[in-house]
Amino acid sequence: MTQEFLITILATAITAGTPILFAALGELLTERSGILNLGVEGMMLVGAVSGFIFAVKTNDPWLGVLAALVGGGLMALIHAFLTVTLQANQVVTGLALTLFGTGLSGFLGKPYIGVPIENAFKPVNLGILSDIPFIGPVFFQHDQLVYLSYIVVPVLWFLIYRTRLGLNLRAVGENPASADSLGVSVYKVRYFYVTLGGMLAGLGGAYLSLAYAPTWLENMTAGRGWIAVALVIFATWNPLRAMLGSYIFGGIDAFGFRAQAMGIAIPSFFLKMLPYIFTILVLIMVTRKAMANRVGSPGALGVPYDREER
Amino acid sequence: MIKLERRAAPSSMGLVLIPVIAVFLALITGAIFLYLNGLSSPKGITWGQVFAVYGGMLDGAFGSTYGVSETIVKAIPLMLCGLGVSMAFRMQLWNIGAEGQFYMGAFGASWLALTYPELPVYLMLPGMVLLGLLCGGLWALIPGIPRAYLGVNETITTLMLNYVAILWVNYFIFGPWKDPQGMNFPLSKPFEPSAVLPTLGSSRVHFGLVFALAIAVLLWFVLKQSRWGYEVTVIGESPRTARYAGMNIKKNIILVMFVSGAIAGLAGMAEVSAITQRMQQGLSPGYGYTAIIVAWLAKLNPFAIILVAILLGALQVGGYSVQTTGVPAAIVFMIQGALLFFVLGGEFFNRFRIVLKNQGKVEV
Repeated sequence: MTQEFLITILATAITAGTPILFAALGELLTERSGILNLGVEGMMLVGAVSGFIFAVKTNDPWLGVLAALVGGGLMALIHAFLTVTLQANQVVTGLALTLFGTGLSGFLGKPYIGVPIENAFKPVNLGILSDIPFIGPVFFQHDQLVYLSYIVVPVLWFLIYRTRLGLNLRAVGENPASADSLGVSVYKVRYFYVTLGGMLAGLGGAYLSLAYAPTWLENMTAGRGWIAVALVIFATWNPLRAMLGSYIFGGIDAFGFRAQAMGIAIPSFFLKMLPYIFTILVLIMVTRKAMANRVGSPGALGVPYDREER
Repeated sequence: MIKLERRAAPSSMGLVLIPVIAVFLALITGAIFLYLNGLSSPKGITWGQVFAVYGGMLDGAFGSTYGVSETIVKAIPLMLCGLGVSMAFRMQLWNIGAEGQFYMGAFGASWLALTYPELPVYLMLPGMVLLGLLCGGLWALIPGIPRAYLGVNETITTLMLNYVAILWVNYFIFGPWKDPQGMNFPLSKPFEPSAVLPTLGSSRVHFGLVFALAIAVLLWFVLKQSRWGYEVTVIGESPRTARYAGMNIKKNIILVMFVSGAIAGLAGMAEVSAITQRMQQGLSPGYGYTAIIVAWLAKLNPFAIILVAILLGALQVGGYSVQTTGVPAAIVFMIQGALLFFVLGGEFFNRFRIVLKNQGKVEV
């Protein structure tokens, strides 16, 4: 394997992993607050379609990103209202969100299938950083959204582990009753992070339609939202590990694309199965390890909080 | 001041009223989106035209004998998949892999029909049914076994396997099974007449309806009358109680996942045998996902599942019939998703009543 080929694979792993990374970061925040949102796939699709439509109409990809943040956030607000305020079953509500998002994105995106986008995100050179041998072409010859993700990951890590806000977030996810008794509004925190999570999922979707593809196709997320949910478990709710995991998945995706060019005679259908099968295997391994080490999900994950029942 | 009070028992009025109101609100949501979407198109839209779309959907689904039979045709896989997932949901097992189990059932049945086309009908059809059940059931065991023994989250694994199953089937119809006379379309050869389920008269309503009704009765009986049904219900409601009572939870998880997948697999067998009569791409327009809504809307009651499946089958047929007027068929999935939101939200009012403090109680 030549070095050039290795660079291509690693660089593609990053671009292929970035949409999953944004979505996984969003789900990570959501779950940290104690709410499980299985609607990631739906929120990503709504983000992808709203981002694409606005970018095409305004000819500005950043307005597309804005629309994707709003679209994903609004979808997540539905989830927050149903699960936080109305205490509905979080699993089924999330499924409903995915089904609704799939339908809504297909409905809104119908006139935009095959429409070319003139002003998509393109790789931006970062000068000296991009010129570093090996590191440069792998990490620093991408588009602005990839660079944005390099900033978001450490910021979220810092937020969760090193700030008062992060302490409140973790407290609400682990033990909402005691957080409440310390004066933290469980409902507010949950609404905030569920919505923020949806915005990040929307951003992940927009990355697909505005940078990675860049085009709109029905169901273009192809299960990436679900992979993101699995990744959060793999990442043990830690943003840095989520980043690593996303790139591993991106790498598998990239490998599937390029294996045939490498002369590996496996039918493409089987190569396309790799990310899904890998997700299942990772989940099995992570669950075994979690059982052994007793590191688990946030204590109150999936349990509605009812102030009256304190 | 407004206060919430937990109801001692769900309101019986609510049990009937909530689904009805939810259907109504979901249709209104769809109408609003149709209107807004129409406004942004160059031709514009009036509310009259929005209602005409619904009129067209209703007419498409129930307005003719053909419409009614198509509604039932679409409802059959929804009934079977809905019955399948309801079994798992009852035990709080979130099997959302009915789509993949459906495809694998269809795959198993097609394998027999294509590999041994000379089999006589009395061996062929029972064999296809058996393989449909088996393949769907075994496919559900892949996530079922890790769930039972290691507690691996079945929601994600069942869903991941949907993609794998569809790719698996596509490999065959784009490759080894491809019909040489199929003009390069991703289809298998057509089945022999011995591999086609009988239909009702000249309509497309097929024997799968009998499967669905029989399984509904069987499930109802098992859940209400048998010890096993009782165990499943107890495990679903309180795993701790079940453990104290000495019930084998692991064994039941595996059994329920198998049964759940097998019923979805049977749906795939019926569809491929009676409707397409060959394996082809896009065999299911998302039956396995719609089945989740069917099961939840029906509150997991087997007979209610039959009725709700017909309702959502009608929505699909209606959606297809207005597609010619330029309304995207995706509106159907949107309305279905919205429907589930309203049902989920509505359950709140079943659990709580709204009370005005220091004043008389106001029932909602």
